[in-house]
Amino acid sequence: MNYSSLKIGLFIPCYVDQFYPQVGIATLELLEKLGCTVTFPLNQTCCGQPMANSGFEHLTKSCDKLFYDLFADCDYIVSPSGSCVLHIKDHLKVEEKPEESKKLRRRVYELVEFITDILKVDSIEAEFPYRVGLHQGCHGQRGLHLSQMSELNAAPFSKPVSLLKKVKGLELIELDRADECCGFGGTFCVSEEAVSVKMGKDRVADHIRHHAQFITGSDMSCLLHLEGILKRRNSDVKVKHIAEILNSAVKQIPAPIS
Amino acid sequence: MSKAIIEHAAASETFNKDESYVDWHDETLWFVRQKRDKSSKLLPEWEQLREAASTIKNYVLSHMDTLLVSFEQKAKENGIHIHWAADAAEHNEIVLGLLKQHNIGKMVKSKSMLTEECHMNEFLSKNGIEVIDTDLGERIVQLRNEPPSHIVLPAIHLKKKDIGDLFHEHLGTEAGATDPQYLTEAARQHLRDKFLTRRAALTGVNFAIAETGGFVVATNEGNADMGAHLADIHIASMGFEKIIPKQEHLGVFLRLLARSATGQPVTTYSSHFKKPREGQEMHIIIVDNGRTTQLGRPDFRNSLKCIRCGACMNTCPVYRRSGGHSYHNAVAGPIGSILAPNLDMTKNADLPFASTLCGSCSNVCPVKIDIHDQLYKWRQVLVKGGHVPQSKELGIKAMSVILSQPRFYQWSGRLGRSVMRTIPFMVNNGLNPWFKQRDMPEPPKESFRDWYVRNRKA
Repeated sequence: MNYSSLKIGLFIPCYVDQFYPQVGIATLELLEKLGCTVTFPLNQTCCGQPMANSGFEHLTKSCDKLFYDLFADCDYIVSPSGSCVLHIKDHLKVEEKPEESKKLRRRVYELVEFITDILKVDSIEAEFPYRVGLHQGCHGQRGLHLSQMSELNAAPFSKPVSLLKKVKGLELIELDRADECCGFGGTFCVSEEAVSVKMGKDRVADHIRHHAQFITGSDMSCLLHLEGILKRRNSDVKVKHIAEILNSAVKQIPAPIS
Repeated sequence: MSKAIIEHAAASETFNKDESYVDWHDETLWFVRQKRDKSSKLLPEWEQLREAASTIKNYVLSHMDTLLVSFEQKAKENGIHIHWAADAAEHNEIVLGLLKQHNIGKMVKSKSMLTEECHMNEFLSKNGIEVIDTDLGERIVQLRNEPPSHIVLPAIHLKKKDIGDLFHEHLGTEAGATDPQYLTEAARQHLRDKFLTRRAALTGVNFAIAETGGFVVATNEGNADMGAHLADIHIASMGFEKIIPKQEHLGVFLRLLARSATGQPVTTYSSHFKKPREGQEMHIIIVDNGRTTQLGRPDFRNSLKCIRCGACMNTCPVYRRSGGHSYHNAVAGPIGSILAPNLDMTKNADLPFASTLCGSCSNVCPVKIDIHDQLYKWRQVLVKGGHVPQSKELGIKAMSVILSQPRFYQWSGRLGRSVMRTIPFMVNNGLNPWFKQRDMPEPPKESFRDWYVRNRKA
């Protein structure tokens, strides 16, 4: 199917916009390579989750309205963050437009699920010759069902894994705990600093134990937290958003570390 | 033990001072979670069982009144005395009254989280009654004069050495002994004496069956039976949500309970009580203590479906790294965090925030309680009720003002990043809890938006 006629709105979460522009760029380029016509409304800010998860959902009204006004005319809205997408899917509500809000919520997709379920791509031209560990963001996994969770007695599947398997040279490592939370948790990362950091350290240790060179995931917020821990201990292990890996066309790849 | 409450975050910080201990605690509970996974995955019908249990419990919540009345009637027909307690104080008074009436000063008790919730031991002790907990883990924490840290594994926070030292002090075992069999045998002999000499026994209730008036108590140690069968008077305390409609429903719940709790196919003892033996008195105290209020909260009522298996604790990455005592509530962990605010919003306002909302709890829950969604909803209730610190409120309000206005947001972002680049110690300092053990992200010169405008709009 030709998707170029559809209007795809790109939603770049606030912290990605400010701290990880390369993830936004990778997402945009990747979607364009896959044949999408992408628009990026310039006045976007935040999904409202930091307020809502702290108990201040009532202070997200203007974020909701802003999001609605900017993206209402898009056929799909795509974002490289499972957590922000889940928040919008679960909570976005413009008071005077309850029905339209609901409809908009159904058109919001996390990048991996959009590529897998809507675009249904068979192959991705990418090469990433490294050992990579996948950190499943909880909201993407348990909220958006990007992959099967270990808690359930149900058939396994993983949308990010099936995409990563299409990447040339990428060696996906197994982890001891496939879907343990990293401990970021929004404002939890500062209000419960001790536990948050311990969870992050344990998550990082699992990847290092299995010789990962990169930790990837579809949620930059988890990776931001894990990166903070890796950097503090001067680790060689790096974080990379899955969009950056999927967008890594052969020519852009640096020589592998020997 | 009415000590001043230490909030979860502060208690967790203390807990995390010894990292190797935290690792041990985490691994120990993760091991239990894995046993649960293994055993649940041996049952192809596992998810159907969860659905069935959830459906039955939903029915119970909507028919609480008639089920309880039917239970009372049947139980009375069977010769059981039924008491209704509106709150913890009433429950404790009823127990005390029964003991006084029989001139009993000493009682054995098998595990009952409800009596923890009611602080019954403390109350009875003040009134001159000695209560001996007969569940091994419960007895251990009782000797240490501390509450259980887990509803199924009360002493899971302790290592063998801790038990050895404790038993050396209280039971006269050899100094330095840590052999589990030796220590258990000492506890066994110690408890045997109590069982034989106590005239009253209190047990909890796992399931009360409306159709028959009978009830089931699940233990791994047989201590409920031992206590109840040797005593002249058996008191069973139950929260009113323990009711299930029919005997046949036990087939669903007993299969789920032990597998979820420890990975066992079934508890070692599932003791069915229906009527007192000749010469014995049997009493059931049906306790409300806030349950009616919780049942009346549409967003939170289904927390009353809980069968107290503890699976949500074992899976919770926060619980595993903060310990049960950090929750300062009889029931700790995720389920405790959605039950506790109903009992006291001021005291327990910190608990719904002691979670990353990862959602693991809701998906191990054998009765499908939407625990993590309720944590989110409690946060909203607590904020609206003014139960969060004002400093937090100011911070979030400021954030909301910035994020509501695109230009202000863009300006603040640019300013923030520029400050981080030029005078990094403004953020890289001890006042920033992020920076304490994590580096800040590298602030780029350009935001994505800046890049987009420069490259795509030019």
